[in-house]
Amino acid sequence: MKFSAVVEISGLAGIADPEGQTIERSLPALGFDHVEHVRVGKLIRFEIEAADKPAALEQCDELCRKLLANPVIERYDVAVTP
Amino acid sequence: MTRIAVVVFPGSNCEHDVVEALGRVNIDATLVWHTETSLAGADGVVVPGGFAHGDYLRPGAIARFSPVMTAVEEAARDGRPVIGICNGFQVLTEAGLLPGALQRNAGLRFLCRTVPCRVVSTRSVLTRTCEPGAMLELPINHNEGNYTCDDSTLDRLREQDQIVLTYDDNPNGSVADIAGICNEAGNVVGLMPHPERASSSLLGSLDGVGLLASLAS
Repeated sequence: MKFSAVVEISGLAGIADPEGQTIERSLPALGFDHVEHVRVGKLIRFEIEAADKPAALEQCDELCRKLLANPVIERYDVAVTP
Repeated sequence: MTRIAVVVFPGSNCEHDVVEALGRVNIDATLVWHTETSLAGADGVVVPGGFAHGDYLRPGAIARFSPVMTAVEEAARDGRPVIGICNGFQVLTEAGLLPGALQRNAGLRFLCRTVPCRVVSTRSVLTRTCEPGAMLELPINHNEGNYTCDDSTLDRLREQDQIVLTYDDNPNGSVADIAGICNEAGNVVGLMPHPERASSSLLGSLDGVGLLASLAS
């Protein structure tokens, strides 16, 4: 069956995120002075054919490790829905 | 005459500069398209700068799966020189031939200028003819040149003398001012500065010539 997958990729804790820091620094100028820990990442959507949900998750995990994320600097979360 | 293969991906843009600069030091350089599965017996390989596969996903992330990379990995295993310049450095880290990763410059700016670099290790194939501590004026031209790795990897790089080049005035936030590293054997080298762009007095610096000339066996 076909599943919709959403992969969210962001920097590992401790890896500098200059883009997130720049956004965070710009927010007080707009009056948003209670915002912290801004992290910028990316979101990738796709459809995947698999026998069941665990199989879909397993395939997504493998393709994240092999291509979508660089485990040296990035972490990822996968969600699949039928 | 030493023969070096210069790998070309869709989006590479420094390959002709590298061929020209290697020619100046009497190295026979030939372009090899990324779909080739062999380096045709070349003595070494350069992965040049540019935007391989448009830098989509991450710089080097798609390029590492190009068919030619199997031959590049084989050359690395055989102990032949494998040099990644700029985007080529990013490709070699993505391929796991060098540790760590390159992320966006700390200042979020694309950097294009000539910077002073210091030769740290002289045991790499690229710096074996340099004096330790030598200063080189080399152009950088990158958006993702901020080298990063975990603490244990950095310790290992230091202990095993794998830090090849450092910036004197860190332009991009790289950990430990790293501009270039090599693998344990010293035959795989990645660097963000462009030695091929410092290979003629017309270009403002000749400091890259010694690096490229050291590839002649």
